[in-house]
Amino acid sequence: MNELVFFINKGILAGAIIGSIYALGAIGVTLIFGILRFAHFAHGDMMTLGAFIAYVLAAALAAAGFAGPLPIAMMVLPIVMILTAGISIGIDRTFYQPLRRSGAKGIVLVMASIGVTLMLQGLIRLFAGPSSRELYFNEPKDIFRIEVPGANQMITVTEPQLALFIVTLISVIALHYFLSRSRLGKAMRAVSDNPSLAQVTGISIETVVRATWIIGGGLAALAGTMLALDVSLKPDLSFNILLPIFAATIVGGIGQPYGAIAGGFVVGYAETLAVFNWSVLLRPIARWTDNAFEVPASLAIVPTDYKLMVPFVLLILILIYRPTGIFKGRVL
Amino acid sequence: MTDNRRDLLLFAGLGVLFAIIFYTQGTAYSLRVTVEALCYAMIAFGLSLQWGTAGLFNVGIMGFIAAGAFASLFVTFPVNQAFWDSEGPAMLGDVLVKVAIGAAAVFAASRSGKIGLPKPLVTFLTLVTLAVAYLVVSASLDPTARYIEREAGFVGGLGLPVYFGWAAAGIVAGAIAWVVGKICLGLRSDYLAIATLGIAQIIKTFLKNADWLTRGTQTVSPLPWPVPGAAEVGFTAARASYLVLTAVMLVIVYMLLQRVYHAPWGRMMRAIRDNEDAASAMGKDVTKRRLEIFVFGCVLMGIGGATLIHFNTIFDPNGFVDLNHTFLIWVMVILGGPGNNRGAIFGALLVYVIWTMSEPVTLVIFDYIRTIGRDMFGWQAPADLNSRALAMRVFVIGLTITMVLRFAPKGVIPERLSRKA
Repeated sequence: MNELVFFINKGILAGAIIGSIYALGAIGVTLIFGILRFAHFAHGDMMTLGAFIAYVLAAALAAAGFAGPLPIAMMVLPIVMILTAGISIGIDRTFYQPLRRSGAKGIVLVMASIGVTLMLQGLIRLFAGPSSRELYFNEPKDIFRIEVPGANQMITVTEPQLALFIVTLISVIALHYFLSRSRLGKAMRAVSDNPSLAQVTGISIETVVRATWIIGGGLAALAGTMLALDVSLKPDLSFNILLPIFAATIVGGIGQPYGAIAGGFVVGYAETLAVFNWSVLLRPIARWTDNAFEVPASLAIVPTDYKLMVPFVLLILILIYRPTGIFKGRVL
Repeated sequence: MTDNRRDLLLFAGLGVLFAIIFYTQGTAYSLRVTVEALCYAMIAFGLSLQWGTAGLFNVGIMGFIAAGAFASLFVTFPVNQAFWDSEGPAMLGDVLVKVAIGAAAVFAASRSGKIGLPKPLVTFLTLVTLAVAYLVVSASLDPTARYIEREAGFVGGLGLPVYFGWAAAGIVAGAIAWVVGKICLGLRSDYLAIATLGIAQIIKTFLKNADWLTRGTQTVSPLPWPVPGAAEVGFTAARASYLVLTAVMLVIVYMLLQRVYHAPWGRMMRAIRDNEDAASAMGKDVTKRRLEIFVFGCVLMGIGGATLIHFNTIFDPNGFVDLNHTFLIWVMVILGGPGNNRGAIFGALLVYVIWTMSEPVTLVIFDYIRTIGRDMFGWQAPADLNSRALAMRVFVIGLTITMVLRFAPKGVIPERLSRKA
């Protein structure tokens, strides 16, 4: 049973955690891809930016002696999301909108977003330094243990991980109702499907674009902060997290928010299970069969160092065999 | 003709800049900067070809540079006799045979549609074959790698002359580009951007972790020089002759590129870039042409990377970073003028000089900030201020990219479109 508990901890839960992070990021990327029609390379650093804002706010509040039932960084989340959404609208106004107005090709916007990502990286490192930080200030990181009968190890979930599952669930449900029930959400889907037709029916593209950045920026801040709470705030995450998010977007189908959620979990699980040491699960089988076969010490499909290869290979396979993604997105 | 005069003025200004550097910074240092700038110019040619002439978006330049550099290292580094005397070559040969069989099996499976199998089955078969081949190869590579690391350190090189290495650099970079391009070029350009970004990270990860092949983070040095080294003819003369060599290569490539640009092939490329639909309606095979130019551009990047790495005589996988080896080159090309080879050279030389000078300048500026902050406000600067200061350069690169795109999308030396046919 111990082995099974280990698998639940290191395989199923770990995959769900990283999958949630990817899903939250990929929703933003897929909406921006669908509505503004370019791959937003600055999304990884927007996540870091959100986490960094959360860090600054939480540090300030912690210094002021503020305390509450939850970690401070979690309680300031709404403010962080609003601030990051505001910043992303500001970035759009300053850097992307002029290019869109002048009728630049989509790929020029991609390049501009790379410029933005470098600027964000530079600023974050200038103010935060290259070292990683903790988002917990003098607070205990609560750990919930669930006992499993017949095993002396326990299923463990930490407080930020539980919070991550809850906020992911809330945001996915909220997003669903927003996109399917509200006027603005429907307008966003219309613009994503056919911008000129949507414009003819009187939908304001500007409003839709703003809403896209608010959702994308807010969710990026959410994902970044939760990731930083779970592990730590690393300023140099950008491309390492960007690639799985892009993979999730494309696996799910571009412009498909539900696809992005599914893609996020597919990529998250693929990554986790590929580096998982499967010999842990084989050992009890070998015991039952009186060591009929020898279990190697490590039986991971992909060495941990090559973790980044998993989303990339997924991406390549999906591009070859099903460029529309699992949810029949658009091939742009 | 006014265009030519303008170019001449710009290059004269650049000449003055280099003269100032030679005068103030000493010959040896300036020679180093110049040689590196020329190597970067070669890489910038590759990008100018891809982005300027064909509109292909490559953000994995670092990967192609690293791949080229490694290929050249492998071909030119002295033979490691300990490896060849051990069981290593046989074991490695075994792995290679398995790779070849696996590749053949995957290829056969992917083509099994030809004998009438339904498409879902073909996909399934291909994926299963791929997975099995991967597992078999990685299972036999693992002990081989460990054995080589234990017995011989690393594989070593082939000990061939440097020029072979540079050719190999181009071939390897081009081969990788062919695979990536084959998959992504039929789709929208954003996919190519994502895929190249990914492949660059993976190549770097591989070179960093495959200790049996590259010694990983222990680095390999000294790499051989194609010209007499400092020990034989002295420091300055050695660097000067390397400079002459790179300059000659650059001029040859420039002349070839100019020929190509004005040839029907170049005209067709620009037609595809400017109006893909019209070009394909004229019967041009857009995807195939794009693949050609993508591979060709990456070949130049590989060669440029190899010349750069041989000049510095050390192969360090950690030395390849996105900022220096991808985005800096983007700045060179879009600032200089995409689609114009003179622009690429101009941009490469100017930006590289500014880039090398910016490091000491930034440190001096932040030193002032530290002193002023301490004296006037009692501010205690963080201990890692220097590394933070260098982050400022990342910011400036990003700002330059966004500003150039917005205010000078054609660069300093814009592409000239001739009116007559």
